[in-house]
Amino acid sequence: MDHTTENMIENTEKILEVENLTAVYNTDAGVVHAVNGVSFSINKKETIGLVGETGAGKTTTALAIMQLLPERTGEVKSGSIRYRGDELLTKNKAEMRLIRGACISMIFQDPMTALNPLMTVGEQIYESLAIHNSNKTQKELEPRVDELLELVGIPARRKINYPHEFSGGMKQRIVIAIALACEPLLLIADEPTTALDVTIQAQVLNLMDELKQKLSTSMIMITHDLGVVAQTCDKVAVMYAGEIVEYGMLEEIFDPKRPHHPYTIGLFNAIPSLTGESRRLKPIDGLMPDPANLPEGCRFHPRCQECMERCKSGEIYQYENGTHKIKCNLMRKGENDGRAD
Amino acid sequence: MGENTVKLKVKKKSQAGDIWRRFLKNKTAVFGLIVFSLIMLVVLLADVIVSYDSALTQNIMDRLQSPSAAHWFGTDNFGRDIFARIIHGSRNSLLVGIGAVAIGITVGGLLGSIAGFYGGKIDSVIGRIMDTIMSIPLMLLVLSLVTALGNSLINVLLAMMIANIPQYVRIVRAAILSVVGQDYIEAARACGTSNLKIIVKHVIPNAIGPIIVQATMAVGTMILNAAGISFLGMGIQPPTPEWGAMLNEGKQFMTMYPYIVVFPGIAIGLTALALNLMGDGLRDALDPKLKD
Repeated sequence: MDHTTENMIENTEKILEVENLTAVYNTDAGVVHAVNGVSFSINKKETIGLVGETGAGKTTTALAIMQLLPERTGEVKSGSIRYRGDELLTKNKAEMRLIRGACISMIFQDPMTALNPLMTVGEQIYESLAIHNSNKTQKELEPRVDELLELVGIPARRKINYPHEFSGGMKQRIVIAIALACEPLLLIADEPTTALDVTIQAQVLNLMDELKQKLSTSMIMITHDLGVVAQTCDKVAVMYAGEIVEYGMLEEIFDPKRPHHPYTIGLFNAIPSLTGESRRLKPIDGLMPDPANLPEGCRFHPRCQECMERCKSGEIYQYENGTHKIKCNLMRKGENDGRAD
Repeated sequence: MGENTVKLKVKKKSQAGDIWRRFLKNKTAVFGLIVFSLIMLVVLLADVIVSYDSALTQNIMDRLQSPSAAHWFGTDNFGRDIFARIIHGSRNSLLVGIGAVAIGITVGGLLGSIAGFYGGKIDSVIGRIMDTIMSIPLMLLVLSLVTALGNSLINVLLAMMIANIPQYVRIVRAAILSVVGQDYIEAARACGTSNLKIIVKHVIPNAIGPIIVQATMAVGTMILNAAGISFLGMGIQPPTPEWGAMLNEGKQFMTMYPYIVVFPGIAIGLTALALNLMGDGLRDALDPKLKD
């Protein structure tokens, strides 16, 4: 992780700043509070991991950044999303289209369905190039298609093949090639390895890391796999019920000596250890609360083993220690020592 | 690089070429294509094959003749040569059948695409209008439209098209809906692709399979519908030859002189079959997964 610390000092330019983002889905069953006041920022060449279980609002956050929330139901209620200081939420559709793909690009979870089955992969890469290079001819862009394929480790001659003629890992690499076609400054990877088996996962992650260095792309890595986070991320945001409950540098989150949010501890308890003595995994009891009907106070309190009376309502204490932030009443200093209440 | 440029040329041809090659591999589809080509040849060369007059000339002495060397398909109750009537009837029948389907599917497809792709209010408005049209019985709707527009072949075509739009809207909308939810549409959006381009390049090609099948199956029905309308005294009027109308006129003689209805029936059936086989083949050819 040495290179990243260096980069941070060199490149402090903020690529993306998300501030107090609140997004809801208006459904027939009521308003679903998917993202509730999320803030984070990404510097150049930095990777931030959004971690959390299904339904924590990770993907909604990503879609809100891209402004691809379902038009009829999804809505960004408040907050601000700035790309290199430029507010995205006030942009109209045409302006957003210029940003998507060229500046911010996205990799989807399932490579099996993320490619159009009726177009050859070469055409699909060419298409994403052509959208943002309308002044260039097909002849000028065609070598770039070959280059992109080679970049992700697929022979250029295979561009005439259709998606079903590739394996899952190769498809995901093609998806990555499409996402990187216009050399975006920010790449949002929505669980890019979930649909792949473990060996291919490692391959794809290594490739993404390599390309990130080569193209100096920043990345938002959405995952529920802490192993992936450890391998790829510089910063981590642990999400629960649409909030970031813990936020910090990778070393801070993975340092067992530091204080942590009970949910983060739960997440770590739920992964098997290869080196330690074998033990039963400790799952976090219960389920994510219904986002249409979130609990008062700390969203995690119904499942929290350290739950106190004051957690059940009111504002939750925000602990800050440098870059490390935790949203939990347990972090209150002094007044909290008794813990008798 | 040399290899790449060669590949590039191959690729440019391949999109249409691939489909064509896959189509040719499907024997039944090729059979359909040959039959349909022959029918189109008949349409184009009808006057060369047999004069239009012989399709209209009534010869009471020769009425209700069985097929013979003089009258290959026999004669009808007015003594008109059925072979000549079928040859010349192909023009009107195909115009009505294919015309109504083609226009219906274009308009219905467009509305269905919009409804399926955009959803929400537009979907509701289009859906309700289509429901309203569908709630009126087909014949009643066509008859009132023809009465209002005036009695002519084109107006009958137009009326049938309007009456048939709702079903195409529904089929296309359903097909589009199943595609719009796919990740590659979202991925195309994430690349900054415009809606129009997404519809044309990603949605329609992936949704077109069931639409093609439905369209080719509808041609036969359309010819029969047009016959029903001409039976009620609108659209194509006797003595103009038309397959559906010939079926209708021959109905009363069917038990004694079956050939009067058999030959126009075969003509309609063969056209519908050829189009169906072609449609099936085309659907398969458009899907690269069924390549080999």
